[in-house]
Amino acid sequence: MVITDLVVPLLFVGVMICGAVRHVDVFRVFCDGAAQGLRTTADILPALVILLVSVGMFRASGAVEILTSALEPLCSLVGFPPECMQMVLLRPFSGSGAIAVYDGIAAEYGADTLAERTAAILLGSSETTFYTIAVYFSAVKIRKTRYAVPAALSADLTAWIVCGLSVTFFFC
Amino acid sequence: MKIILILLPVAALVCGAFTGNLTEVSGAVLDGAGNAVTLAISLCGIMCLWSGIMKVAEECGAVRLMSAVLSPVVSLLFRGLKKGGRAAQLIAMNLSANILGLGNATTPLGIQAMEAIRQEEATGSGEASDNMIMLTVLNTASLQLIPATAAALRSAHGAESPMDILPCVWIVSAYAVTAAVLSTKVMSWLSKRREKRRGNN
Repeated sequence: MVITDLVVPLLFVGVMICGAVRHVDVFRVFCDGAAQGLRTTADILPALVILLVSVGMFRASGAVEILTSALEPLCSLVGFPPECMQMVLLRPFSGSGAIAVYDGIAAEYGADTLAERTAAILLGSSETTFYTIAVYFSAVKIRKTRYAVPAALSADLTAWIVCGLSVTFFFC
Repeated sequence: MKIILILLPVAALVCGAFTGNLTEVSGAVLDGAGNAVTLAISLCGIMCLWSGIMKVAEECGAVRLMSAVLSPVVSLLFRGLKKGGRAAQLIAMNLSANILGLGNATTPLGIQAMEAIRQEEATGSGEASDNMIMLTVLNTASLQLIPATAAALRSAHGAESPMDILPCVWIVSAYAVTAAVLSTKVMSWLSKRREKRRGNN
């Protein structure tokens, strides 16, 4: 029993109680939200198909091993598992791509391995940097983004370093 | 995005030809398509549960509550915006939706906030202002407290306790967000100094 196992059930119960206290029609609202979740999953399915195919081809070709061994010296500086570098490289561009990469890593190395955990941590603690920048600035018709990209990338670099250090600390 | 979709398969074909893995590569095409559906189905239940919980939380006023907590932070990070003005409010709501992981609500709020900043600052130029960059960079760093998708994927793959990555995720997010704020502030200061110098010459 790990204490973090309780996060989701506690949140579920807490939110339901809060809803009941505030006279929210909990059942209807929940079903509305769940239907939206269904739509979201259906919406990302086409993207998942093309990305799982592309990422799967890339993994099967042995390109990942080449990439991994090339980046290994860099990764060993912060204790980052080099087999997760594909995640670091694809994450800023595509959310579905990151899911595809996670799926490949988890299938290859198995659940609860260092590689699988690292991939999940990166997935949970970073965002699709370039996609977000493109959406936010094009919405207000801004062409010159000045220092937005370097600032966002320095945050991603920090995430990579801290991720390597913290998985080593927690799970090694 | 287009580049990735061309780059990955082309690299796979070239690399597969060199390493003699072409059979595996063509197998991966069919497997990948099937795996996508399996993955979506195994994710679907938890995604629905999560969206449902979060919708109830939203209806309870979680966003409003969180925005109230965040508004001092917003006025600290974003300079020169009217206190309690539309832009400041929308920024607080966008950041709150981010923290709560309300995927569907985050982007529309963010775009509205960007527009409100532009109106308030009344810059006609196509150049990003410091506040716009701060908002965007904060959105590219993950503020989300509960990594719902990552946990759903982990349980689909049979992880024993999918949330055991939570401390790590929080630490990484905290550092990344701090780095985002610091680098935005430093780079804004640097670009102002450079402009001043150019003005003096």
